[in-house]
Amino acid sequence: MPGFLVFPTHVALHLLVALLLPPLIPGLIAKTKAAMAGRQGPPVLQLYYDLARLARKEAVFSRTTTWVFLAGPIGALAAGWVASLLIPFGQTPAPVAFQGDVILFAYLFGLARFLTILAALDTGSAFEGMGAAREAAFSALAEPALFLGFAALAKATQSLSLTPMLLSHGAAGGRLTGPLILVLAGWATVYLAENARIPVDDPNTHLELTMIHEVMVLDHSGRPFALVLYGASLKLVVLGALILDLLLPPTGRPWLDWLGFLAGLGALAIAVGLVESAMARFRMTKVPQFLVAGILASAFAFLLLLV
Amino acid sequence: MSLYLTALLLVAASGIPGLFLRKRGGEVAAVLLSLGAVLGLAAAARVLLGAAPSQVQLPPSPLGHPGLLVLDPVAAWFLAPVLFLSACGAVYGIGYWGDGHPGARGLRLAYGGLAAAMALLATAAQALVFLLAWEGMAVLACLLVLTEDRDPETRRAGWTFLVTTHLGTLALFAAFALLPAARFAALPAGFAASGRGTAFFLLCLLGFGVKAGVMPFHFWLPPAHAAAPSHVSALMSGVMIKMGILGLVRVIAWTPDPPLWWGALLAGLGVVSGILGVAFALGQHDLKRLLAYHSIENIGIILMGLGLGLLGRSLGHPVLAVLGFGAALFHVWNHAAFKGLLFLAAGSAVHAAGTRALDRLGGLARRMPWTAAAFLMGAWAICGLPPLNGFVSEWLLYLGSFRALELSRWPWSVALLSALALIGALALACFAKAFGIVFLGEPRSAAAVAVHEAPGSMRWPMGLLVLACATLGLAPGLVAPALDRTVGALGVSAAPLATLARFSTLSFLGLGLVLLALLLLLWLRPKRTVEVSTWDCGYAEPTARMQYTASSFAAAPVAGFRWALLPVEHRPRLRGLFPAPARYESHVADPVLDRAAAPGLRLTARGLALLRVVQGGQLPVYLLYVLLTLMFLLLWMVL
Repeated sequence: MPGFLVFPTHVALHLLVALLLPPLIPGLIAKTKAAMAGRQGPPVLQLYYDLARLARKEAVFSRTTTWVFLAGPIGALAAGWVASLLIPFGQTPAPVAFQGDVILFAYLFGLARFLTILAALDTGSAFEGMGAAREAAFSALAEPALFLGFAALAKATQSLSLTPMLLSHGAAGGRLTGPLILVLAGWATVYLAENARIPVDDPNTHLELTMIHEVMVLDHSGRPFALVLYGASLKLVVLGALILDLLLPPTGRPWLDWLGFLAGLGALAIAVGLVESAMARFRMTKVPQFLVAGILASAFAFLLLLV
Repeated sequence: MSLYLTALLLVAASGIPGLFLRKRGGEVAAVLLSLGAVLGLAAAARVLLGAAPSQVQLPPSPLGHPGLLVLDPVAAWFLAPVLFLSACGAVYGIGYWGDGHPGARGLRLAYGGLAAAMALLATAAQALVFLLAWEGMAVLACLLVLTEDRDPETRRAGWTFLVTTHLGTLALFAAFALLPAARFAALPAGFAASGRGTAFFLLCLLGFGVKAGVMPFHFWLPPAHAAAPSHVSALMSGVMIKMGILGLVRVIAWTPDPPLWWGALLAGLGVVSGILGVAFALGQHDLKRLLAYHSIENIGIILMGLGLGLLGRSLGHPVLAVLGFGAALFHVWNHAAFKGLLFLAAGSAVHAAGTRALDRLGGLARRMPWTAAAFLMGAWAICGLPPLNGFVSEWLLYLGSFRALELSRWPWSVALLSALALIGALALACFAKAFGIVFLGEPRSAAAVAVHEAPGSMRWPMGLLVLACATLGLAPGLVAPALDRTVGALGVSAAPLATLARFSTLSFLGLGLVLLALLLLLWLRPKRTVEVSTWDCGYAEPTARMQYTASSFAAAPVAGFRWALLPVEHRPRLRGLFPAPARYESHVADPVLDRAAAPGLRLTARGLALLRVVQGGQLPVYLLYVLLTLMFLLLWMVL
């Protein structure tokens, strides 16, 4: 394949970060929330321990389920990994970059969502069906916000590939600051919605009726459940990189770029934890309004670039 | 060309031996049709791989003009899915609509005829031949829709179809009358911008748009697709409505200088059809009606591509034109593959359970795993999810609309972009609903419990179509040269598609995705040793009626599109502390049919009734009319 795998060390580092780092992020979020509430909280590495424990456990399957039930966790994680190859981490280019990879990136998350929804419906549980219906409806609003942001960046950078789109916006100078802030605002709503965080969804609630994402995976156990948890943390990193790439300034030194990116991921996790500590989850009827606000922010960014 | 003509004859005659055979008529028809399809596909492949277009002159008809058939790249591009899908459908028909069913012989005869009419239409290069094939296609399709004519719903669907399609044909007659010559050829420069050209384009848009099912002329499509036997629905939805697209593509190919508003209008109609098509699909409770509305959505996507391509030509950006036309034409193939597959799989489920109502099905995947897998692949592809074929054509269209932002100061293509993103997300919701409610969970009725897997003759065609979806999705580079040749016939010459879109990287990543999924499956090593009932938050006695239904799954998006869908709800009124048992019903009817088309036609019929005054039913009176007309004409000529 021509055109990729250009920087072997960076690619190796990229793959390592995408493979090993993700479970740290939920730990950081939980720690932040605990600190804000004045609690000790679970260790930062808790998700690694959980994954190791789940990998040894036997899985329990509902009699109702078919092979589709396994397609959910497997497909979602495979799609997440492929998507992680397309996004630059910090200021270092992505391992695979080509014109139009931005669409593949978004549609891979669509694939993950499709299979997760089907796995939820496979159990025949009313709760999981409810979560699936909410996921399908809300993501229809998150998708245009994401794409309008891409359109704004494509207009500004004259490119359709994630690496140049996210990394070369600095060249456009101050003209881009306003639109950039709006795109970031739009994508922040997408980030919270896609990762099932407060104020869209509450991953820690005890009431299944009020959940979206967590309720869809109620019946998973053992290794499939480990894939679900790991996949969710991978999504935090990959979509987080989307936001961080816009925020981080290029330093010119590769090691400093990497350090900045890792610190940025940590800061993003802490920010999510702070949002979760400061806010309550919206009522379900309010969630679409929140997401439409995201669409409007991205749309205004695009309009600003036209003038 | 002789290859093509032989294929045409074989396909057209495929149903005839079955008329005289006591049994095995379906097998004979399937063999003949498949043989014809193979020959025809070979002829199409030769042209698509670079052979010179061939043509055949028909003997002059009594009406004067000699007919002309030309097998050029555009014809070959549309011929290929017609033949492939009709062969798949014919094999499927052996098990689906065997000799025991009423009208099986007639069905096979008309099925072969329909396939042949479409194959003829693809190559027709003269107005009369085109209109004859067009009319033959409409009438035969109507006969096929009316197969189960004991059902009043079916009769109504057939009638609506017949009336609508003839209104469209009428527009085509008028449009072709405006052409400078009966033989199809490039239009003179300046024609498109003239008033005559405007009338021609609008009439073509009406005539071809009705056939393609463009909103708001789509209303005949859902009832007709739902009423027809499933392999006929597959053929109608997969390729027959594409003949409307073929017509538009021909118009585009003839026009050297399309005005800007042509492309903008096509793209706008595409956005409307795409979004509303999928929104209506979300509201449906009937599996085949749901699929039919998705055809409208996909026609919308194709129109967006054609519109973008036309805009590229008008604005002088060949890159846009190549990407737009390429996306539209590739989507024609892709939609034929996955929609054909979906209708065949849905037919197999409906055949087994005896109902099309989503909320009476459920849990079919355990009893019919092959059908379920086939439907899932079709759903996967139609949602445009990687790595299947639906993604590739939508990706080309995204690339085109992004390039429009970049190349020109035409910011409206952002509407295409956002519409595509919204359509993608809604289609995903709709097919999660369709597959989830029909095939997953627990059976919702006794009929859904007693189902059996479809026989091999029905499974093989589905497998072939799955293979087509996977091949086109994982190796789109294979068809790129053929696509380039067809796009080239539309009057654009730019860089080949493969240089504008990196198909090789796409296939590489698609294969990587499959490989990763297999590795993860290997790591899971699923052993179903411990099986319990669904957890359901501790409730140990779940019943099938507690599951989410199709209506509840789609409630939120349907409510969001309330302004267009106008859903009808019958809410029970609950009174007192212990209310009596009550019923709740909701459905989404087609507002265009029920509120505009049907009342409009009724009103027209009442108005035309005034003309009955001159239609007395007496032969002498009619002869008098003839005499008067002749005298009038004589006077006109003399004076």
